[in-house]
Amino acid sequence: MSGQLAELVASIATGSVRVVDLTFTLSPEFPALVLPVEFGQCQPFRIEEVSRYDPRGPAWYWNNISMSEHCGTHYDAPIHWVTGRDLPHNSVDTVPVESFIAPACVIDCAADAAADADFVLKVEHITAWEAQHGRIPAKSWVLLRTDWSKRDYAGYANLREDGAHTPGPSPEAMRFLVDERGILGFGVETIGTDAGQAHHFAPPYPAHHFLHGAGRYGLQCLCNLDQLPPKGAVIFGAPLKIKQGSGSPLRVLALVER
Amino acid sequence: MAYAKLPRKGYEGVVLAAPVTIAYRRYSTQSAHGWIGRALRGLVEAAGITRQDIDGFSVSSFTLFPDTAIGLTQHFGLSPRWLDHIPMGGASGVLGLRRAARAVQAGDASIVACVAGDTNYVDSFRKSLSSFSRFAQDAVYPYGSGGPNASFALIASNYMRTYGAERADFGKLAVAQRANALKTPHALMKKPLSLDDYLAARMIADPIALFDCVMPCAGAEAFLVMHEETAKSLNLPYVHLLGAIERHNAHADDPIQHRGGWTVDIDELYAQAGIRPDQLSFVQTYDDYPVISLMQLEDLGLCKKGEAKDFVRANSFTFDGTCPHNTSGGQLSVGQAGCAGGYLGMVEAIRQLTDSALGGQVKDARYGIVSGFGMITYDRGLASAAAILGRA
Amino acid sequence: MVEPLLPPKRKNPLKRTRLPVSPPDIRSRQSHLLTAAAAEGRFGMPGCLECGAVHYPARDACPNCLSSRIGLIACSDRGTLAEATAVEVSNNVYFRERSPWRVGLVTLDAGPGVVAHLHADCVVRGRVKLAWTLDRSGNAVAFATPETPSANMEDDRQIREMTLDPKHRRVLITDGRTALGQAVAKALSAAGAAIVFVGIADPWKPFAGQDRLAAIAGVQIMPLDITDTESVRELADEIGGRVDIVVNTAEHIRPGGLLDRNGVNLAREELDSGYLGLLRLAQAFGPAMKFRGADGVNSACAWVNVFSIYAQMPWPAYGAYSAAQAAMLGASMSLRGELRSGGVRVVHIFTGPTEDEWFQPLPPPKVAHGQIANAVVDALRRGIEEAWVGDVAQDFRERLQQNAKALEREVGQ
Repeated sequence: MSGQLAELVASIATGSVRVVDLTFTLSPEFPALVLPVEFGQCQPFRIEEVSRYDPRGPAWYWNNISMSEHCGTHYDAPIHWVTGRDLPHNSVDTVPVESFIAPACVIDCAADAAADADFVLKVEHITAWEAQHGRIPAKSWVLLRTDWSKRDYAGYANLREDGAHTPGPSPEAMRFLVDERGILGFGVETIGTDAGQAHHFAPPYPAHHFLHGAGRYGLQCLCNLDQLPPKGAVIFGAPLKIKQGSGSPLRVLALVER
Repeated sequence: MAYAKLPRKGYEGVVLAAPVTIAYRRYSTQSAHGWIGRALRGLVEAAGITRQDIDGFSVSSFTLFPDTAIGLTQHFGLSPRWLDHIPMGGASGVLGLRRAARAVQAGDASIVACVAGDTNYVDSFRKSLSSFSRFAQDAVYPYGSGGPNASFALIASNYMRTYGAERADFGKLAVAQRANALKTPHALMKKPLSLDDYLAARMIADPIALFDCVMPCAGAEAFLVMHEETAKSLNLPYVHLLGAIERHNAHADDPIQHRGGWTVDIDELYAQAGIRPDQLSFVQTYDDYPVISLMQLEDLGLCKKGEAKDFVRANSFTFDGTCPHNTSGGQLSVGQAGCAGGYLGMVEAIRQLTDSALGGQVKDARYGIVSGFGMITYDRGLASAAAILGRA
Repeated sequence: MVEPLLPPKRKNPLKRTRLPVSPPDIRSRQSHLLTAAAAEGRFGMPGCLECGAVHYPARDACPNCLSSRIGLIACSDRGTLAEATAVEVSNNVYFRERSPWRVGLVTLDAGPGVVAHLHADCVVRGRVKLAWTLDRSGNAVAFATPETPSANMEDDRQIREMTLDPKHRRVLITDGRTALGQAVAKALSAAGAAIVFVGIADPWKPFAGQDRLAAIAGVQIMPLDITDTESVRELADEIGGRVDIVVNTAEHIRPGGLLDRNGVNLAREELDSGYLGLLRLAQAFGPAMKFRGADGVNSACAWVNVFSIYAQMPWPAYGAYSAAQAAMLGASMSLRGELRSGGVRVVHIFTGPTEDEWFQPLPPPKVAHGQIANAVVDALRRGIEEAWVGDVAQDFRERLQQNAKALEREVGQ
């Protein structure tokens, strides 16, 4: 092996390129998306032991697992939303595999989110970031850092009587990123790419609406975004190849140069 | 509906002979079949006959399962022309005798072997208690599982409360029986018993204490029933059957049992035998508990209802005293070998009236009464029976 | 008078736990007439359906007229204690371990004499009240108490062998997120339970009544999601050896029959919290409870499942829910059979539609959650195995017994 790939592998081996795991452990108790009770619900992750070196299987250990496609750290394909229903290559099994490896821009709004659970990312936050780090390249992931992944589960879901209170993008910011910057997708630490109160936005759930309507992707429940540089990291994240799948839990890795 | 009721026929010509006891053991590894077989052999040897001469066979046993009398014919190589199976505990002896007597009188059999035998494995008493009867299973055993001790505790305490009998009255019978047993070689109880011992004994189910209870064991008892002429031609000592009665599930409306079925038929028994109670030389009661013996003394006409305590206080009950009672020691001191317990008094009576007692001999015994009682399937003994035997 | 029962001392961890053994458990088929009565706390005597004469023990033909039509006949439960004894020596291990054991012969006013277990305050020749109750073998036995209730009656050593009294016992309520779970927690705390463990799933999701629940005396909130095998097992690892009574209040009510449900996701959720939830709980908590069935004053003793009446006969409008309830009922009946040998009784509480959001459009009468909670406590105190709560459930039960086919048609309309 020689050339660029060999160089990359060597860099990882020596540690000059660091691999950061942006994934939560899939576990039954991890909060899942809560929809109004009349709607179908997101099935939480469940694990059932098949055998563990016991009479059910003396020399081997394995489990059966079950879950929603939108469980834990997961990927949203365009087909997930009504706006992306008729696009080509819109399900996880048909999304072009090149898109699973892409650069990332990280916008740090941790302080804003700490001050206001309902913090909304606006266009001015993006342009301010660009003023500092340069224009967001097309076909890159934009990751919203809120440090939400560091909260306990109750604080993470942050449910009140009128629903969830978690940060997310405004409709204008989303339109800007998709139309003006041509991003590949939008990633967040919270349970959804949209803010907890985004059903009151116009249009409701703007991240889902604009991203998937334009054939772009979403990443949710990311962690360790604080370990990424604002610019320069490369994201490896390939969803399971589920036939006509709307999304999938996945392992999201970031390559970061030291 | 009115219908003709024929008068009782007598037992003229029927005799009992060849009393056999197979010495009891507390526990046995041998099955009931083995104990009964040994008793049969005892009968053949005592009577000087062959096995083939036995043409009537009556068996009483609780522990033969899964066999009944019919299986035993093949087991022992018998070919009787008359067969009976009477697993009726304490009434087995009198019941077996009554049926055998009628068979002999009718010519259905010439020599009837009446045999009772039971084994006692280490766990067989517990097992038989839990499956003794459906009513016991449904309505007695789940209540403390005290077995007959608990059931008789209720009967005894009611008897004491109603008639003023005291534990010492029960004790007097137990003590006298122990004195009788000390002369009986095969009695399991070998130590003298005093009234103080009796009263101080460990309580089992108030007021039933240790020496009110019989000891379950393995053993067999047997005798032959035949016509007097048969006995004479075999040159066998014998005794006459003068009368016999049985009555089951009598006085069902008594809230607690304080009398048995004897009371219904006792006058006919003495009429049939042609004697009065005061002519009896001894009494063999079914003594699974002394309180039942007191009840029998009353119901058999030796004293009035409720006066057994006075009768007990006025007599000694030893074989050499007044009103000799359970002269071999009875089940309380010899042991209770299942259905053989219902034969014990009968075999002992034959011996007393042929002057062949193994233990204490009653002097000049002329008439004796043998009483049977048993089958407490729920709250009371259902079977009562009695026979009067007379010296030849 | 019975001395009030004191809370048990802490267990000596070096002492072996006494294993449960059963009192004699063989009964005739006919005597289960009384088991059926005891299961619901009814009184009556075996008797003749032709001539009306009652008798005891149960027979297959009437001793008065020889009719073979025998059934349970309602009659007075009063009588006189004719005689009593205390069994000091028993052939049965269960009674040996509990001797002396007091029994007696009760002469019922209705006639028959009944050998019965006795409350300590019953006196010979005194008046008593007789009840059919289930013993630790799960079969009916007669139990006599004084006709005039005496002080601390329920604390009697022998009566406590029959009942499932929550006093001084530790209870696990499987779902405290619901109004039902909270009502049951309150009622059991008031009934003297030593600890009321209350399971809460998804603790990150707030729920109504949270603060009130935590404030109930003796309540300890525990993480428990009965749809998650691991969660159930983890809680059992932590408290399984200390749970004497399980009250499974899990409910997942959703309208819809089979045809108007699009797919099986909802049905799977219903099965997951109903049938499978019970299975998970049974596997995690059952073995330890069965092991502790004779573990002193606060032995493990009961497993309560709360069911909809539609477990017995499906209501097509809530057809999938009814089916899940029926599956759970089937499992629960097997659980009853499996726990019986450990002296742990499985209690079924059947209720009509409750004051729940999911039954909101239904007309009254509906069952208040407090009513169900009281029925749970009552069933435990009386040791019964089956209770029907509220008018709708009572009516349903009668119709079910009279003509199940008619009920099927009526429920479907």
